Amino acid sequence: MTDDEAFEDIPGTLLFNADRSRKGYHLNMFCMSLMKPENRDAFRADEATYLAKYPMTPEQIQSILDRDWNRMLELGGNIYYTSKLAACDGLSFQQIAAIMTGSTQAEYADMMLHGGRPIDGNRSKSEWRDRG
Amino acid sequence: MACSHVPAIGAALDNGKSDEPYWQPLFRGFEPSKKWIAELKPDVVILVYNDHGSAFSLEMIPTFALGCAAEFPPADEGWGARPVPVVKGHPELAWHIAQSTILDEFDMTIVNKMEVDHGLTVPLSLMFGQPDAWPCPVIPLAVNVVQYPPPTGHRCYMLGKAIRKAVESFDRPLRVVIFGTGGMSHQLQGPRAGLINREFDTRFLDKLAADPQSLARLKHVEYVREAGSEGIEMVMWLIMRGALDDDAKEIYRFYHVPASNTAVGHMILENAHADVTVSGTHAPGAHAPRAHAPDATAPDVTLSLSKGERSS
Repeated sequence: MTDDEAFEDIPGTLLFNADRSRKGYHLNMFCMSLMKPENRDAFRADEATYLAKYPMTPEQIQSILDRDWNRMLELGGNIYYTSKLAACDGLSFQQIAAIMTGSTQAEYADMMLHGGRPIDGNRSKSEWRDRG
Repeated sequence: MACSHVPAIGAALDNGKSDEPYWQPLFRGFEPSKKWIAELKPDVVILVYNDHGSAFSLEMIPTFALGCAAEFPPADEGWGARPVPVVKGHPELAWHIAQSTILDEFDMTIVNKMEVDHGLTVPLSLMFGQPDAWPCPVIPLAVNVVQYPPPTGHRCYMLGKAIRKAVESFDRPLRVVIFGTGGMSHQLQGPRAGLINREFDTRFLDKLAADPQSLARLKHVEYVREAGSEGIEMVMWLIMRGALDDDAKEIYRFYHVPASNTAVGHMILENAHADVTVSGTHAPGAHAPRAHAPDATAPDVTLSLSKGERSS
């Protein structure tokens, strides 16, 4: 297996490589803009108008409006940038992590308190397929 | 010194939650370290960390960015800047390191204006508590670990050696402590978020102390698969490790799960002859480690378990 194939084989994980960075540039730079309070206010006042300032694809814009955190990553978002959108919404890292894993807040927090998600069974996409 | 730089640790301190049962064990683990550094009284801290879309964005992605300014304000990361002191730099030593490492063939980015985020301020809080002013100047070294690829572990290790050489050739004797920060195992993104690999982290700490040369050969894909997509931050610990003697002694270790989504690891290492080598009181260049000669033939290493071990 080449390194590229090995990266792609890691389940539930998207490497923020050149292709994804190129594809997600404007989505991530939109998120970056939310570092400024005046931009957060403008975004909250009218999300669609604010988003139109960034040359994103319709899918990217929809994923933001839907707060579809996994979809944003698939469309080139990077977690350190999409977390700025989460912060703007008043959500912590742990709260969006729970959403991305399909868990409730309580389930996710409990998993972390008990040592986190184990590595066994989470190394290869084949292990997730076998699990069904 | 190596430690994690989880933002929630800063938030816990800033919001007066460090005595809560969730946080107490973590802060207790750093009590001996606070004593250690208070007694050591460093003249300068070189702090290796990564920026999280605060000072840099995707507009500019320097692999190694050395802070040469006189001061570095804490960044507003979307919820207001942390209420911590402004970080004072050490421009003379920082510029000297920049010149020395560039001539040693490390293409450093020189930064004269930069805000510093939790990646830098959380380790300062862990080691120095909550003072009105940080007790010594700090030279930030921001490493790209957000955009793939980060520098290799080996490159980081060799940069550490070049930094050591620069510190030793500075024209004043200074007591310098270098922090490598980030990690340990954690994944913040996607359906595999929450991954923690205590076994990997333990082996990483073991090798960091005892066998850094082979650890430096660990491939990026191993970090990402075994320690999570954000666990790759640990390459930065190798810059710290490279700056120390290969036979430096581990004098303290602490490990705790969880801090929010992350495994917190921490280690203090000291050179055997710390008086000579850390404070740089000997003649410039003497014992200077070689900052080149990568061994291209070294085999890839792995910290993952063998198949037999995995199935047991």
